[in-house]
Amino acid sequence: MAKARRKAGEQLELLKPGPKARKSSSSQKTTRKTREAVKESAARSSSSRAKKAAVKSSKKSAAPRAAPAATAARKASASPATTRRTSAPASRATAEELAQRQREISVSEFFSKNRHLLGFDSPSKALLTAVKEAVDNSLDACEEARILPEIVVEVRAVEGAPDRWVISVEDNGPGILKTQVPKIFGKLLYGSKFHRLKQSRGQQGIGISAAAMYGQLTTGKPVVVWTRTGKARKAHRMEIRIDTRTNSPVVVSEEEVEFPRDHGTRVEIEMQADYSRGQRHLLRYVEQTVLANPHLALTFCRPNAEPLVFPRASEEPPKEAAEIKPHPYGVEVGTLMLMAKESKARSVAGFLQTEFSRVSAQVADEILRNAKLPKSVRLKDVAEDREVAEKLRQGILATKIMAPPMNCLSPIGDELIRKGLISFLNVVEEEEPEEEEPSGRSSRRAKAKEKTAEDKQAEMEKAAADSMPPEEGEEQIKGKRFFIVSTTRPPKVYRGNPFQVEVGLAYSPDWPQDQPIRLYRFANRVPLLFQRGACAITEAVVRTDWKNYELAQPKGALPVGPMALLVHIASVWVPFTSESKEAIAHYPELLSEIRLALQECGRKLAAYIRKRKAAVHELRRRSTFELYIDEVARSLHEIVGADEEKLRGRLLEMARLATGGDRTDEILDRVASRRRDEFEGAEAEEEYR
Amino acid sequence: MTRRDATAKKTLAKIEALAKAVVRDIQKKQNPRIEIPLRTLSNITYNARKKIIEMGKETQERSFFNVSQARKFMQTFLVASACKELIETGKTTSIRDLYYMTKHTLGNSKVNTFEEQDESDPIIEDLEVTLDALREELHLFANRKGLMVGPMTIVDSGDTIDLRRQGSGGWGVPSIVEPNVIKFGKHEARYVLLVEKEAVWSRFNEDKFWKKEKCMLIHGGGQPPRGVRRLVHRMHYELGLPVYVLVDNDPWGFYIYSVVKQGSINLAYESMRMAVPRARFIGISSRDAERYGIPEETSIRLDEGDHRRIRQMLEYPWFQDKKWRRELETMAKSNRKYEIEALSRRGISFITEEYLPRKLAEKDWLE
Ligand SMILES: Nc1ncnc2c1ncn2[C@@H]1O[C@H](COP(=O)(O)OP(=O)(O)O)[C@@H](O)[C@H]1O
Ligand SMILES: [Mg+2]
Repeated sequence: MAKARRKAGEQLELLKPGPKARKSSSSQKTTRKTREAVKESAARSSSSRAKKAAVKSSKKSAAPRAAPAATAARKASASPATTRRTSAPASRATAEELAQRQREISVSEFFSKNRHLLGFDSPSKALLTAVKEAVDNSLDACEEARILPEIVVEVRAVEGAPDRWVISVEDNGPGILKTQVPKIFGKLLYGSKFHRLKQSRGQQGIGISAAAMYGQLTTGKPVVVWTRTGKARKAHRMEIRIDTRTNSPVVVSEEEVEFPRDHGTRVEIEMQADYSRGQRHLLRYVEQTVLANPHLALTFCRPNAEPLVFPRASEEPPKEAAEIKPHPYGVEVGTLMLMAKESKARSVAGFLQTEFSRVSAQVADEILRNAKLPKSVRLKDVAEDREVAEKLRQGILATKIMAPPMNCLSPIGDELIRKGLISFLNVVEEEEPEEEEPSGRSSRRAKAKEKTAEDKQAEMEKAAADSMPPEEGEEQIKGKRFFIVSTTRPPKVYRGNPFQVEVGLAYSPDWPQDQPIRLYRFANRVPLLFQRGACAITEAVVRTDWKNYELAQPKGALPVGPMALLVHIASVWVPFTSESKEAIAHYPELLSEIRLALQECGRKLAAYIRKRKAAVHELRRRSTFELYIDEVARSLHEIVGADEEKLRGRLLEMARLATGGDRTDEILDRVASRRRDEFEGAEAEEEYR
Repeated sequence: MTRRDATAKKTLAKIEALAKAVVRDIQKKQNPRIEIPLRTLSNITYNARKKIIEMGKETQERSFFNVSQARKFMQTFLVASACKELIETGKTTSIRDLYYMTKHTLGNSKVNTFEEQDESDPIIEDLEVTLDALREELHLFANRKGLMVGPMTIVDSGDTIDLRRQGSGGWGVPSIVEPNVIKFGKHEARYVLLVEKEAVWSRFNEDKFWKKEKCMLIHGGGQPPRGVRRLVHRMHYELGLPVYVLVDNDPWGFYIYSVVKQGSINLAYESMRMAVPRARFIGISSRDAERYGIPEETSIRLDEGDHRRIRQMLEYPWFQDKKWRRELETMAKSNRKYEIEALSRRGISFITEEYLPRKLAEKDWLE
């Protein structure tokens, strides 16, 4: 195995950039902007949505920053032809100019140099990245086609090659037109979602073709695609290879085949990877994707293990998120100039009205007034004169403009979060709680502990407990009790970008009490698996005082307790901290919304825990009385000859009534009896406080 | 014998009444409860006229359905039922014995009815005050400690004992010294000398101090048990003997004297039968070190516990006498205390040959 891994490493080594091209981390950052620029230019040359592309990309990296990005791109590319323009003033670089220069980049070189940014930096992460790209695509496609997704993910070993694996993702989506398949899978940075201001998963990825290319570079094998667009249509199987020099697809083979579904797509990529190391990430991704997508039915077939089947938790497809135009409040000067340049509008007022949401003729006039620009100002001035553009931006900020439309958001929703959590907890394999790295010791110990204590208790209580009606908000899952609540905050706006925060919380008195909570972070329904510490969600959780909600919390850390916490941020534009898109930036508006949502759930949790604690307390009292009842009855019998059994019965009944009666048993989901061994459990539980 | 039967009957009736009330509570589905006179400082009054501590009328409720009282409630009836058995079978036993009689594990728990004797002793005292029955009426006695010798003949449970002929060991004072058990016979005693500890008592006995001085020499091993206190009380009132108390010069010694004199908080209900308000404190006084040339190096420094005890005692209404306050304050100020044995620095029999005779001759005592 170690040998295989080493071999994989060696092979990958071939792909690494030469020392000259390997840049410091700061240059890595800019290279990613390069990537966007490349993506943009690629799109521009091949898509009619050029205008939107400009809007979108400049939104992320404003025009003034585009120049260093270009510089980095030039450095990254080996083409000497591009060095000419280094000294061009930043604001003069237009999208078109960038596009022209960047077309000369060799895609394979670009890819190999930026592997670490694209999620293929290690053979263990490669599997996850490829699966994620394919699954995200399947989900997005189904959502747009209003189909309830049914996805089968498979990882297969390759005979005779321990360091090679095939990933296969099959969906029941709308399928892909045969003519589109080559470009989608054989052309880097080709897609339909990148240029839109819409809540979707795709933007978080790099495109399925990058995964295909990784496979091709490491194994020489083409990506294989099966797709069918309808019952009446034939299914096609195509093998696509990427011509890395020209970034264009080569169809290796193409045939009509049978396909088990009326419509759908299957993608298979063979790649060099490390499954034994990568499976943990993969599993987490799959589980959490299911959690955030309760309408998804997913089967995960793994090597040497039973398939994991996640049934659909809800028959309700998510509300479709509308595409919106940017809101004026969020626009930066550079973007504004770029948009003005691109716009076909004839006046500035017209430009404002057509390119932005919530700008009426009146609002446009008011913006111009506030900007102290004459009505006669030309759009060309905005596009070319930085001062004019800045004035216009100030005018925008000084004008009261209605919040952007919120129909661009598609939250999971309270009810579905609950359902998602329930089915997630039903299937999820009990592995260590979420962690950046497998820092084995503590988590592995936790696992062992979990097993013994839980198994025993679960067995003992299951039969009786299952027949009990659960408390409100309480669920029985795999013999354990869970209290589940969720909150969906109303949509809010950050710099013109609508966003919405949701929190789901599952607390189980039957889980180990002394572990940090399990935190699941999501952006637009995509799980964020890495960089937990750098994420605003984590920060908001840590900064919430969980002691108010009956959980222990070490200073500056996640709370400790038997709880899973889901936090979802839906937005047309999620502000990530970095290119890897694994952590959300710390914007005050976001932080405060997350905290409000956490507090809402926390209050409900506190009420539940307090009720339980009170019941545990009652049970302790009852057991104290019960401990002495026999003795009291016997003594009284010996002194005055009263019927000992009757006295005992009376006293036991009185003890029960004095300690909350059956209600106490119900809250603790305990059969109303006087079994002291059960009480031991309740007692152990109270110990944690 | 008949008197004894009548007492037993009365005590049994009291125990039964207590249990019956509780059974009635249970039948009425009411929290079963008993009222126990409080044995705490708050329920103690100092009767300045009688110069003894008396118990007040405050009671505390002990109910079963109260987590902090359930255990004690159970224990109270456990002890009551054991006492009932003792009375019925006409047997008397020590409170230590009773602890073992009633100690057992509860159900299949790891909890015992009593964990230590320290737990059962106060329950017995609770029962005494609740039933208004003396310990001996419950057929119980404390562990005996305390010895007596002196020029007197007594009858103990029918046996005649000459306390002049007890050798070095002395006669062990029983817990129950009521007139039906102990009868005083012929004696030549002029007073009673109660010393704090056995070691000192042995010195006095070996030096035949009691013979020379014609006194009853008795000790109670620290805080004297009821038997010793009751016997001292009887000798004082029935034989008219003055009582002198010799204790260490420390707060605890003073407190022993105070208990002999006025009674204790815990057994305030017994003060009438035990306290000797005219008992005299003969030593060791805080001024004795200087007067009798006891070197400073034999002293011990007071610790925080001593100071606390002194402050506590100064608060008691029966410690308000000026001379007393001066004793305590002097001790606190000098920060020194002396054991009786410190006098041995002046010679092994200094205490019996010089110290005490001189103190008595000079009437150098506190009262
Ligand atoms: N499983 C699929 N079913 C239908 N369409 C798909 C599927 N996978 C990819 N596509 C189409 O191919 C496009 C390119 O995908 P991709 O390269 O992953 O970029 P992105 O997801 O960012 O748009 C998607 O936008 C979508 O239109
Ligand atoms: Mg995609």
